[in-house]
Amino acid sequence: MFLNSGPFALFKWEALFSDWHIFAAGFGYTLLISLCALILSLAIGVLVGIASTTQSRLLRAIARVYVEFFQNTPLLIQIFFLFNGLPFLGIVLNITTIGIIGVGMYHGAYIGEVVRSGIGSIAKGQLEAALSQGFSYWQSMRYIVIPQATRIILPPLTMQAVNLIKNTSVVAIISGADIMFTAKSWSSGNIYYGPAYVVAGLLYFILCFPLATLAKRMEDKTQGGPAEGNPNAVPEKA
Amino acid sequence: MSAIFTPENMLFILAGLKTTLYISVISILLSTLFGTILGVLRSLTRGVPRAIAAVYIEVVRNIPNLLWIYVIFIVFRLKSMDAGVVSFTIFTSAAVGEIVRGGLNSVGKGQWEAARSQGFNLLQVLWYVVLPQAMRNMIPALVSQFVTVIKDTSFLWSVIAIQEITGKVTILMGRYYKVNQVFILYGILALTYFVINFAISHFSRRLQKRLSY
Repeated sequence: MFLNSGPFALFKWEALFSDWHIFAAGFGYTLLISLCALILSLAIGVLVGIASTTQSRLLRAIARVYVEFFQNTPLLIQIFFLFNGLPFLGIVLNITTIGIIGVGMYHGAYIGEVVRSGIGSIAKGQLEAALSQGFSYWQSMRYIVIPQATRIILPPLTMQAVNLIKNTSVVAIISGADIMFTAKSWSSGNIYYGPAYVVAGLLYFILCFPLATLAKRMEDKTQGGPAEGNPNAVPEKA
Repeated sequence: MSAIFTPENMLFILAGLKTTLYISVISILLSTLFGTILGVLRSLTRGVPRAIAAVYIEVVRNIPNLLWIYVIFIVFRLKSMDAGVVSFTIFTSAAVGEIVRGGLNSVGKGQWEAARSQGFNLLQVLWYVVLPQAMRNMIPALVSQFVTVIKDTSFLWSVIAIQEITGKVTILMGRYYKVNQVFILYGILALTYFVINFAISHFSRRLQKRLSY
């Protein structure tokens, strides 16, 4: 009965699978935007994170303003500004560029905070010891502080990658041809919403779930495991 | 300055802000409740309840919030405000569940044993001993999630035409055509979100400082 009618009828699935290449293209587009935005946000994040831990008050202030602005205003409005606002100034960017810049700058702020707290978690003595050995500031960062901070940074950084992938779905609102938009436009033609959204969800899930699980594993390791059921749990964390 | 700052426009935007806050607050309250239950089930029970909580949390949080809004609206044919609240509650409950799980894990096993040995039952230990300590560790992540809810309600205008603040300001933008007018409207919109979210994050940092001793 369910096979022949209802939102998940068999013929709707057949229609979807015969158009599989459309969904594959959407998946590829989401991957492309995610990867490029991730690279951009990592670059911004490292710069912002280091800037907010330097001696320079000016650099710290710039980093602070950047982080607070991008974390406290919606990504969609930043994207709308790039899409609808900039053309008023004669700057017209294509949708892919807007997606990459928008998502990249937004998550750059979050990654900047992750990097900042990672660097902050390394005892000051480490930096001072390196400086006293004749390393320059940048050398101490490069060889002493950053390698140690990386281990602490990795779990929240991975979580940021997951959030970044999910947030690329916002480009669907400005008609970027990603998974979300593909599902929406394919199903608005034939009203086969059921299969379209299930497949879209599945495609996001297979991107995000492994990364989120990896992040959780790494995090539990550094925390000493669950409170219950783990006899080796670190008892106190005051 | 151009005629943007008229009483009518301001009231128009304010009505949108009210909708934004209404949907955000209800969603945040409901997801805190459901998320805490999910997190506790996942962290402290075994068997079926744990599996259900785990599957719910993992499936929902690994799929974008935006997709849940589309699903709720189109598949369930819910109209406007309710669709907004329901879809944000579905997604945010999973996110909060994960945060609560992490928070519970951060409380040492000794706390459980000590409280149990004093004759507290499991629920009492949870309520009086573990959750207050876990709460302190969870505040930053929790507040960041609440801020995300407020920011993401901006999707609702584009997806299901709810006239929350982004919707109202976008409508206003359609009535103006000069660069400075449109940019002022963007400024108003961004600033409104900024003031609310910055205040919340700032307050949470102070709260956390006061709770840690």
